[in-house]
Amino acid sequence: MKDIERYQNPYHDEKVHEACAIFGAMAKSGKTFSAEFAIRAMSNMRERGTGLGAGFAVYGLYPEMKDLYAAHVMYLDKAAIESTEEFLSSRFQLVYKEEMPTRKVKAFREPPTFKRYFLGLRDGQIEDESEEDYIVRQVMTINNELAGSYVFSLGRDMGVFKGLGYPEDIAEFFCLENYRGYIWTAHSRFPTNTPGWWGGAHPFSLLDLSVVHNGELSSYGINRRYLEQSGYNFSLKTDTEVVAYAFDLLVRRHHLPPEVAAMALAPPFWDEIDRREAEERSLLLALRQTYSSLLLNGPFAIIIARHGEMIGLTDRTRLRPLIVGRKGDMVFLSSEESAIRLVEPGLEEVFSPCGGEPVISRLGTREAVGGAINC
Amino acid sequence: MKTYFESRFTINRDRNLCINCTSCTRQCTFGVHYYDEKGELKSRDENCVGCQRCVAYCPTGAITIKGNLPEAASNWTREVIRDITAQAENGAVILTGSGTDKPYPIYWDRFLLNASQVTNPSLDPLREPMELDTYLGKKPDRIELSPEGRLITKLAPQVKLKTPIIFSAMSFGAVSLPVQESLARAATQLGTLWNCGEGGLHPGLYQYHENTTVQVASGRFGVSPGYLKKAQVIEIKIGQGAKPGIGGHLPGEKVNAEIAATRMIPEGTDALSPAPHHDIYSIEDLAQLVSALKEATNYEKPISVKIAAVHNSAAIASGIARSGADIITIDGFRGGTGASPKTIRDNVGIPLEFALASVDGRLRQDGLRNKVSIVASGGIRGSADVAKAIALGADAVAIGTAALVALGCQLCQQCHTGRCPWGICTTDPALSRRIDPQKGASRLVNLINAWSIELKEMLGGMGINAVESLRGNRDELRGIELNEKELSILGIRMAGE
Repeated sequence: MKDIERYQNPYHDEKVHEACAIFGAMAKSGKTFSAEFAIRAMSNMRERGTGLGAGFAVYGLYPEMKDLYAAHVMYLDKAAIESTEEFLSSRFQLVYKEEMPTRKVKAFREPPTFKRYFLGLRDGQIEDESEEDYIVRQVMTINNELAGSYVFSLGRDMGVFKGLGYPEDIAEFFCLENYRGYIWTAHSRFPTNTPGWWGGAHPFSLLDLSVVHNGELSSYGINRRYLEQSGYNFSLKTDTEVVAYAFDLLVRRHHLPPEVAAMALAPPFWDEIDRREAEERSLLLALRQTYSSLLLNGPFAIIIARHGEMIGLTDRTRLRPLIVGRKGDMVFLSSEESAIRLVEPGLEEVFSPCGGEPVISRLGTREAVGGAINC
Repeated sequence: MKTYFESRFTINRDRNLCINCTSCTRQCTFGVHYYDEKGELKSRDENCVGCQRCVAYCPTGAITIKGNLPEAASNWTREVIRDITAQAENGAVILTGSGTDKPYPIYWDRFLLNASQVTNPSLDPLREPMELDTYLGKKPDRIELSPEGRLITKLAPQVKLKTPIIFSAMSFGAVSLPVQESLARAATQLGTLWNCGEGGLHPGLYQYHENTTVQVASGRFGVSPGYLKKAQVIEIKIGQGAKPGIGGHLPGEKVNAEIAATRMIPEGTDALSPAPHHDIYSIEDLAQLVSALKEATNYEKPISVKIAAVHNSAAIASGIARSGADIITIDGFRGGTGASPKTIRDNVGIPLEFALASVDGRLRQDGLRNKVSIVASGGIRGSADVAKAIALGADAVAIGTAALVALGCQLCQQCHTGRCPWGICTTDPALSRRIDPQKGASRLVNLINAWSIELKEMLGGMGINAVESLRGNRDELRGIELNEKELSILGIRMAGE
C-alpha cells in the first residue's frame, strides 16, 4: 500500500513562488565558449533578482570524462558526506571524486561543501529498468532520504552550479571562469514568500535535463499530483520541479519530441485547435485531453536545456518575457533584450516568440530558430 | 380516527387587496383555498405545504404565508411530533421528496478559494481567453506517436461539454415531460448534457440525442437498442444520494399511458426499481454490464456508473474504474429525489465533499484517475460550489435540485405526492402544463450561463485560464472551521497556512 497522505493530503508546504531573470546561450556548432556571456548578461539583469538564489547549467563541460556520469553534490553538513559516498559507491562505479574548486566570497559566510564525482555503471547493476530510470531513482533517494545531501546534477558531460546569492557571487564562488561549454543557461531568483536556500536555486536538473524558470504555476497543485502518480518525488522546494519532471515524463519516458511536449505543456486554446487542419487537430486534441493535468497554467518563461538542445517556452498568453537573439550559429534567450545586446551587439535577428510557441535550437542545424515574430 | 395534526403554515389573506379572481383556488393542488357554501373565500391552513405557488400567482399580492408554531423542545421538534403522530395514525413509512433538510454541516461553505496578487496576474475573462471546455471519458496514460510524428494512440470516446455543469438524472414519472424537455432543450443550447433518468426516453425528446445521457437502472425501464442509440453517454445507475441502498416505486396511479409507453410497462401497473440490479451482485457483474453496453453500442459511447456517496466510496470507485467504466458519478447525501422514505433520505450516505475528496485521492493512489472522469452531484447550489468541487477533484458537476428551483421549485418537499403545484414533480397532465418547455429552457440557460461567467471570474482571479488546471488543484482551496482530521481527509490546508 502506498502512503495515502502523499496522494490525499499533499500540503505542498514547501513550494516557493518564483519571479526571476533567465538567460541562455548556445553555440549550434557545438563549439564551447566561456562563462562570460552568461555572467555579464545576468549582471545586467541584477534588479530582477534578490540575491536569494542564482545558478548556471553548462553543457560540454567535461569533454575528457564525457562517457561517465558527472555528479555535483552539495553537503549541508559534513556527516552527510560519508553516508552519501557509501551510497554512491554501492550504486555506481566511483571512478573519480574531488572537492569542487571554490573560492572565498564575502557574501557567503558559511557555504555548504561541494563535491564532484565521476561515476560509471557496473555490469549487471541494473535490473528490469532503463539506465535513466535507475539514475533518476538514485537521485531521488539521495535527495529524499539522505539528510543533508542534495544532488544538483547527475548527467554526462554537463553540470549545475548554483547557490544562495547573486549570479556574480555564484560565478566567483565556483570559479566559473575556468569552465567552457556549448550551452550555458543561467538564473537569478526573486522568491516571493520564503527565503531561498542553496538547493532551491535554479537551474533544476534531472539526468542531462536542466530548467531555469521565471514564473509562478497556478496549476502547480494538479501538475504535482499528476506527476506523483508517475513516481516523481518532490524534494527541491520549488514549482520549477514540475517543469523538469513534466518534460522528463513527456520526452524521455513517453518519447514525445520536445515540440510535441511543448504542445502539451502550453497547448493552443480549444477554438484555435478547432481551426487547425484535421491531422494536426486530432493530435492537439488527443494531447490536450490526455495531458490536461500537465498544462502549465499561470505566467512563466522557461529555458530547458539538454544535450544538443536549448528550448525556450512561455505560457499560452505570454505573461512573462522571453526574447530570442541570434547571430551566426549563436542563439540567445533572455528575460530582457538589453542583456543579449550587451553581450552580442551585432545581432542578426531579435524577436519575442508567441505565447506557447517553443523556440528550439539544435546542435548542428543551420536553419534559424523557430517561433513567429511580432506576436 | 380523529387527527391531532397541526397546521404548519398560516395563510393571511388581505381582504382589501383580494379581488376574488380565483387564482389561488386553481393554483393550489392541496385544496387549501376554497369557496364555502356562502361563496366566501376561505383557507384550510392544515393542508398548506408552504410551496408559495398561490403567493406567486396572486395578482394583487393579497396572500402571505407564515410558518406556524414555535419549536417545542430541542429533542422533540415539531417535525418529530408530526412524524410520530402520522405514524401513530397510519402505521406506515413516512415518505418525502427532494434532498435532506437536516442541518448537517455544508462543507462547501467551509472552503475558501484563492486569488492571485502581484506575483501572478489575475486574468480578466472579458478581455482574455478563459476556457471551460471539458471532455468526459477515459484518457490513456500516454500518447504514442509514429516515427513520422503521426498520432497512433486512439482515445476512448470523449464527450465534450462547453461548461463543466451538466443536469442530473430525473426520470419521466418523477418529473413531468415539460421539465425533461426544458432540460433537454437547455442542454442542447448550452452544449452540455441532460439525463433522462431511469424512466425511459420519450420519443418527443429523441431530437435532443446529441446532448442526452440515458440511464440503465435496476428496473431497466425503457431500455432497448434504440434507446441506447439516442444517447451520448449511457449511465448505469447503482444508487442515488438521497436514498442509497434502496430502490424506487412509482405507484400505478401515476403510470398513465405516456409513462407506460416510455417505460415499456403496462398502463396502471406499479413501476418497481429493485434495490440492487439483480444481475449485479458484485464488481465483476458490473464489469460485464459495462462491456455488454459497450458491445451493444459499438464502443462509441462512454459508460458512466452512478453511485451514492457512502462510507467506502473510495474503494468502490476504484473497483468501478477497473470495471471498464469511463465516468463515475458520485451523488452526495444532499441530493434530491422524487420520493424516498424520510428516514433513509435523512440518515444514509455521506457528504459529497468527503466522498469526492477520497475518491479522487484513491484513484490517484491506484494510478486509475486517468481511466475515469468524475462527475460530482448532490446539493450543488451555485458557481462557488462548482469551483470547489472541481478543485477537490471533479471533472464536472451535475445539478438537479438547482435546475428545478430555476423552474420554480420552492423546496416544499411534496414531490412524492405527485401534486406539485409548480408542475415539476407530477404526472398530472393539467399540472404538467404549468411548465412551458421554451420558457423553462431559457431559465435554465440563463442559470448555467450565469454560473459559467462566475466560474470564469473565479478562475481568472486564481490566474488560471483553463478549467482543467483547477481540477484536483487543492492548493487553490483553504479551509475554515475544519478540524485536522477533516482537513486531512479533504486534502486541503487551513486558511492562513
